[in-house]
Amino acid sequence: MEFIQKPDSSFAKIITDDSPAALLESMMLVRAYELKLPEIGIKMVCTSVGQEASAVGVMRALCRDDLILTNHRSAGHLLARGADPGRMLAEVMGKSTGYCKGKSGTLHISVKDLGIVLTSTIVGGELSLATGVALSQQQLGRPGIVVCFFGDGAASEGIFHESLNLASVWNLPVLYVLENNQFQAFVHRRETMLTDRMNSWAAPYAVESQTVDGNDVEAVHAAALAAAQKVRTTGRPFLLETYTYRMHGHMEMDDQSYVDRNELAAWAAKDPIDGFKQRLLKQGRLGTDDVAQMEAAVLRKIEQAVAFATSSPYPEFSELTTDVYA
Amino acid sequence: MSQVTVNEAINQALAEEMRRDPRVLMFGEGVATKRYDLVKEFGQRVRNTPLAEGIIAGTAAGAAATGLRPVVDLLFAQFLCFAMEEIVNSAGKLRYISGGQFSFPLVMMAMTGAGWGVGAQHNHNVESWFVHSPGLKVVMPSTPADFKGLLKAAIRDENPVVFFNDIALLSEAGDIPAGEVVVPIGKAAVRREGKDLTLISYAKTVHTCLKAAGALAELGISAEVIDLRTLKPLDEEAVLKSARKTGRVIVVHEASGMCGVGAEVAAILAEKAFGTLKAPVLRLTGPDAPPPASFPLEQSFVPQQDAIIEAATRLIEFGQTDDLEEPALV
Repeated sequence: MEFIQKPDSSFAKIITDDSPAALLESMMLVRAYELKLPEIGIKMVCTSVGQEASAVGVMRALCRDDLILTNHRSAGHLLARGADPGRMLAEVMGKSTGYCKGKSGTLHISVKDLGIVLTSTIVGGELSLATGVALSQQQLGRPGIVVCFFGDGAASEGIFHESLNLASVWNLPVLYVLENNQFQAFVHRRETMLTDRMNSWAAPYAVESQTVDGNDVEAVHAAALAAAQKVRTTGRPFLLETYTYRMHGHMEMDDQSYVDRNELAAWAAKDPIDGFKQRLLKQGRLGTDDVAQMEAAVLRKIEQAVAFATSSPYPEFSELTTDVYA
Repeated sequence: MSQVTVNEAINQALAEEMRRDPRVLMFGEGVATKRYDLVKEFGQRVRNTPLAEGIIAGTAAGAAATGLRPVVDLLFAQFLCFAMEEIVNSAGKLRYISGGQFSFPLVMMAMTGAGWGVGAQHNHNVESWFVHSPGLKVVMPSTPADFKGLLKAAIRDENPVVFFNDIALLSEAGDIPAGEVVVPIGKAAVRREGKDLTLISYAKTVHTCLKAAGALAELGISAEVIDLRTLKPLDEEAVLKSARKTGRVIVVHEASGMCGVGAEVAAILAEKAFGTLKAPVLRLTGPDAPPPASFPLEQSFVPQQDAIIEAATRLIEFGQTDDLEEPALV
């Protein structure tokens, strides 16, 4: 059972700092990373600009033994968990130094060593796998809950309902994180469902749930801590909806012609990074120098990441048919 | 040696592997109901599930990637349509996508084939769909001993294995050797030796081929019968060896012909044994039609002994008389 006997040291690099400064810096890193992608010509990528508080707030509420499943809009989750932006960017660029040797690309990066165990880019795919990961935790008596990130689009798939029901019936320790970013690819959510807050979708399966302001990192963090604790103590699933907004298109190439400009402006005014930064400065929890240092550090990291990824080699052609079978 | 049915052979394999390895568990619709003896011995490791194939297969994939070795029963092969995403996109691809970080040691069982007159939404041989999907192995045995031995090998395999149970064989009894029976995945079996032509098949039509070979012997034609047993990885070596020996090959299977396993076998022979072939490779397959429910119609969907004998006779005559006529074989 190689997976179980993994030495603890492999998890040591997971950042668990959940101080306000760390939350802010993590969000800044996510933003800087994602804005850098189109700048260097990478436009076939799904970013989470505007949703950073959701990713960082939840991720920094987790323990190192927790196992995470995510989706195509995953950069925030990965970076908040401590993934190296250089190896992520290398993966996006299809380089051999990427986390998945360039075989994933941007869409389905997983990092086993960080407990990001599976990533599916088939919308809802991660929901079908999460119950299995939780079954492993339950049957093998391992510590750690399972945290599954998905959006309102995935919740529209039948598998969402199958997943919640099975997790409930089998008492599986899954924290479902529904990042309600209002968009399902190129369609606004209001065209596809009559509910606004989606936490009510858990009740039919006897799963507890809560909605939190997904643009307030401290609120998300507090809610995620409480929700995760509930999953740990009851061994039962919980659905946490982070109510947020996808500021960019489905992917960076998307011109957002279908997006209501007023709605976009209203959410821009609720930017999770600016808002939190202003709050910390106003409350004296952080000085302007601290913020400036943070911004400089983040930019350095991104420049290093770009240098690492661009100078990395492409995979050998012999890699074409490796890793197909175990 | 003891006579056991295919159903019992499957149960034996499950019980032995669950005893041997605590990571093996089994779930699916009615699994705990139908295999109550396993529930008594293994408790929570044998579970019923909601009637939802997608989550059954996905749960198996997630569990396999993180330390368990699940076996799931999805009942009828057509229900795999509800689980294609989880089987093909997750179990089959996430090892590759993740750069080899994960493996998916799991077995997905499903029943298929003519025999119960259940109609096209319960009976439809779709094994080639999975043969075409990277990362998966596909097994389709024909004897109780192979059901047991291949299921044990599938449970021990590090890859996802789609394991098809031919409905018509489930109650068939046969000998199973005493002691540990593990049949390697990827190895065909020569069921009958012959020198004039080769019949290549799998699942129930192996038995039809054996009967046809017996009848052909009375006509003075010596037919070899190869049971593929595993469809992926296909035992190319066994296929080529027999084809090079006899020079004439008929592939027989119940699934429809186009892009089926027979087409793949014929292509392999054309590419790698062309010079040794004395006649074109023929296929006897089910038609391009949904399998019907009416019993006689359902039986006529499956290649029968007479058609094999007729095709074999024409194949032997090829080159001695006119060119092979367009075969109206089904």
